[in-house]
Amino acid sequence: MKNTDEEQLSERPKKPDNPSGSTTTGKPDVALPALGVWGTLRWAWTQLTSMRTALFLLLLLAIAAVPGSLFPQRPANPAVVTQYIKDNPGAGPWLDRFQLFDVYSSVWFSAIYLLLFISLIGCVVPRTKVYYRALRSQPPRTPRRLSRMPEYGTLTLPAGEGRKHDDAGTSPDSAAAAVAHAATLLKKRGYRVETRDLDGDQPSVGAERGYLKELGNLVFHTALIGVLISVAVGGLFGYRGQKILVEGDTFVNTLIGYDTFNPGTNFSEDQLDPYSLTLENFDVVFDRESTTHYGQPLDFTATMTTKTGPDAEPQQEILKVNHPINIGGTRVYLVGNGYAPVITVKDGNGDIAFEGPVVSVPNDSAYTSLMVLKVPDARPEQLGFVGFFLPTARIDESGVAFASDPDPFNPQLNLNSYYGGLGLDDGEPKNVFTLDTDSLTPLNNRSLDAGGIVLGAYQTYELPDGKGSITFDGLKRYVALDVTYDPAKLAVLIFSSLALAGLMGSLFISRRRLWVRASEHDDGRIMVEYGLLARGEDNRLTTEAAALKRLFEKTWLTTGPADADNRETTTGKDR
Amino acid sequence: MQNINEELGQYSELFMLLASVAYTVAFAVFVLDLVRSSKTIQGVEKRAAADAELRSTTPALARESVTVSARSGGAGTDSTESGSAAPVEGAVAETADESMAYTGERRKMARIAVALTVVAAAIHAAAVLARGFAAHRVPWGNMYEFCTTGALVVTLVFLIVLLRRDVRFVGAFVIGLVVVMLNAAIVGFPTPVAHLVPALQSYWLVVHVSIAVISSALFTITFAMSVLQLMQSDREVRVRAGKPDRFAFMRVVPSALSLENLAYRINAIAFVGWTFTLMAGAIWAEEAWGRYWGWDTKEVWTFVIWVVYAGYLHARATRGWTGTRAAWLSIVGYLCVIFNFAIVNVFFSGLHSYSGL
Ligand code: HEM
Repeated sequence: MKNTDEEQLSERPKKPDNPSGSTTTGKPDVALPALGVWGTLRWAWTQLTSMRTALFLLLLLAIAAVPGSLFPQRPANPAVVTQYIKDNPGAGPWLDRFQLFDVYSSVWFSAIYLLLFISLIGCVVPRTKVYYRALRSQPPRTPRRLSRMPEYGTLTLPAGEGRKHDDAGTSPDSAAAAVAHAATLLKKRGYRVETRDLDGDQPSVGAERGYLKELGNLVFHTALIGVLISVAVGGLFGYRGQKILVEGDTFVNTLIGYDTFNPGTNFSEDQLDPYSLTLENFDVVFDRESTTHYGQPLDFTATMTTKTGPDAEPQQEILKVNHPINIGGTRVYLVGNGYAPVITVKDGNGDIAFEGPVVSVPNDSAYTSLMVLKVPDARPEQLGFVGFFLPTARIDESGVAFASDPDPFNPQLNLNSYYGGLGLDDGEPKNVFTLDTDSLTPLNNRSLDAGGIVLGAYQTYELPDGKGSITFDGLKRYVALDVTYDPAKLAVLIFSSLALAGLMGSLFISRRRLWVRASEHDDGRIMVEYGLLARGEDNRLTTEAAALKRLFEKTWLTTGPADADNRETTTGKDR
Repeated sequence: MQNINEELGQYSELFMLLASVAYTVAFAVFVLDLVRSSKTIQGVEKRAAADAELRSTTPALARESVTVSARSGGAGTDSTESGSAAPVEGAVAETADESMAYTGERRKMARIAVALTVVAAAIHAAAVLARGFAAHRVPWGNMYEFCTTGALVVTLVFLIVLLRRDVRFVGAFVIGLVVVMLNAAIVGFPTPVAHLVPALQSYWLVVHVSIAVISSALFTITFAMSVLQLMQSDREVRVRAGKPDRFAFMRVVPSALSLENLAYRINAIAFVGWTFTLMAGAIWAEEAWGRYWGWDTKEVWTFVIWVVYAGYLHARATRGWTGTRAAWLSIVGYLCVIFNFAIVNVFFSGLHSYSGL
């Protein structure tokens, strides 16, 4: 409906339903013609690049993206996926078979977006050709009956004396002059103009504007292809690694320096610049003013010493949430933090088997932190500890300790201990944050006579049966860092900005055509008529018609009341 | 960091309540306006029909007069007919104008409703500003604030559109949604004023969330219009088929076609806003987490919304997909917006868990 006028009036096929321009003449959705292999291929291609298919694939893409938010995803959190499959032995493996834990790299998701982009290319290329031709073509010929245009107006320039000669303008003294003048005025308004029949009875000017609309559309769609390619390049050549750094420790950017590392497909180790980062100090501010949000974190600031290479000058830099450090082509982010109690463990032989900070993982806003300590060097038996670190320990009514504040006002360790074989010697990688207690014998826990281990600051606990001792020597903070390298990031930004600009051009620029025709009356008056036609969506056509009317009147007609008789202007609305 | 002004925060909460009451009254008057308008139309038409019957000798003429007046409600099959007034005297004033320009006709109830909305919006704005000043930051850092500020933006956008177009017919729907949003905030997510957690301390919060809220407000209005469009086109079909007109109040609503066209224009603006929201979000994600896109739950749904509305824009250019189907896409898109906002923020865990719940 919105294009009725255009459908009736424009000579060219309407673009949306036939975006491939001149390639086909029939409707794309007619039944399969018997055309042989080549014909069928052509037909399939037409189908794929039709607007209907693009729409269908877009909606399909939206639907296909949803499961990724319903099921845990491997790239984001592999451990949660493993747990999910364990918890759902029935459905889990089936979901896995259909790649519902890897939605965004799955065959079906990739198929949809690849088809969509093939369709997009098949759409953009022919349209670019059409556009290129349109760019060089002249505005279309002047229709015989301008009055059929959706916006139409006339005005009559008086003869002889009545003509205007003042600062605001001069009325032309012939039809050709009127048309030529109209052409200049329109050109100033951003129209491309062509004058016709200047020597004839009915000279006219054809004008068109809004070529940038289609350009915007093409830029938008092409830029989307650019975004996709850049993202792919980033995935090939980028990498991402994680590192936990305790106060005072140094990270050197080598493969073994990372806790976890996810290389891109084309990653090679010599991409890593040998820079180093030392965490001097980590400051935390919690809200102490608010009654309702007491203890909410307000600020995390890591003071780092950075060196771009082994021999480089050390520099001090501040790392905060939302404020990464740039070093060696990579970006370093502060993504987490917690406490690392400093612990000394002596074994059954009385030797120091472990000494140093142990990273604990906070679970809640009061930093109730899970801690696991494996002591493989303890002799005669290996030792293992698992439990919680509480920065500010309080005891609830049932006698259970809990953390009541994120700052270390009353730090406490609540641990169970085990002895036996830790199973670390067989070379299999083990998660440092879990202790497999199957092959271990409990030494301390709440159900044993010895009870659990409760350690305040600087306290030491002697393990039962002379198995050794554990001392809580101090407390450090740590930061969790993400290090990323993505060479195509800037390209993604540029292409998406282009897409945005193109989109705005495409949606907000109106494409319209306009004709002005003049003829001389026997009595010397000049009759001017004009018509406007929108190409596609254009809600400002009426406004433009009114503006033109004002413009013509202002430049060609005197405004004195004496001339009122000579002025008869009408617009399409008055008909 | 400056201290929170908790007293001002409490005033803000009080004002929010007052605004909610004022909106509820405005909503009631908007509904009343619809009911009254349709009653008036029916009355006038009945009288006109009776007159016609008296005057005309052939019953066929009377029948015609009724069908024509029904069509003026917006059948609008022919664009030259657009803006043409209903032939029944008196019904003209109450029957919607295609261009949605003000007709100069007084609709008392609607005027009162708009005035009440302005008052409510003023109180509401005071509440939102007070909240911002109390916290010394932009007031959109948790669910309560997204809802309250979002509702204010919805109202403001509605009032701005009202300056140029007579869209009072969506008033009941839009202000109804505002009431729902405000009460959801007050009852569902009450959160006292507080500082922002470090993750939110970024100017991208200002840019990204404000544009998201504005776009969502625009989507809210087009959602209301699309629902009306579906009702209207259904009604147009019924009336044209000579069946009784179930929703007489839809006379004050323009034709399905003009609803669709205005909704399209607003959706186009909102889509650009949403595209920008998505990009700004990606830039912020890069700055905060070291990757611009990671298919986090919130990112997934932002993407889904974007694609659905892209589908909507395509539908408008695809033969057979304009009109009703496009309206459905606009509605589905808005349902995704709601889902992304309410369900994802509250029930899904992800990096974006800042809802303050
Ligand atoms: C990657 C998937 C695509 C996305 C996200 C997308 C998005 C959009 C958007 C947002 C618009 C409206 C703004 C504008 O006019 O530029 C649009 C318009 C358009 N798209 Fe796409 N598009 C995609 C693929 C395609 C494909 C495959 C085709 C060709 C079959 C296509 C053809 C068109 C056409 C012809 C228009 C102009 C519609 C009009 O005249 O109003 N698009 N697209």
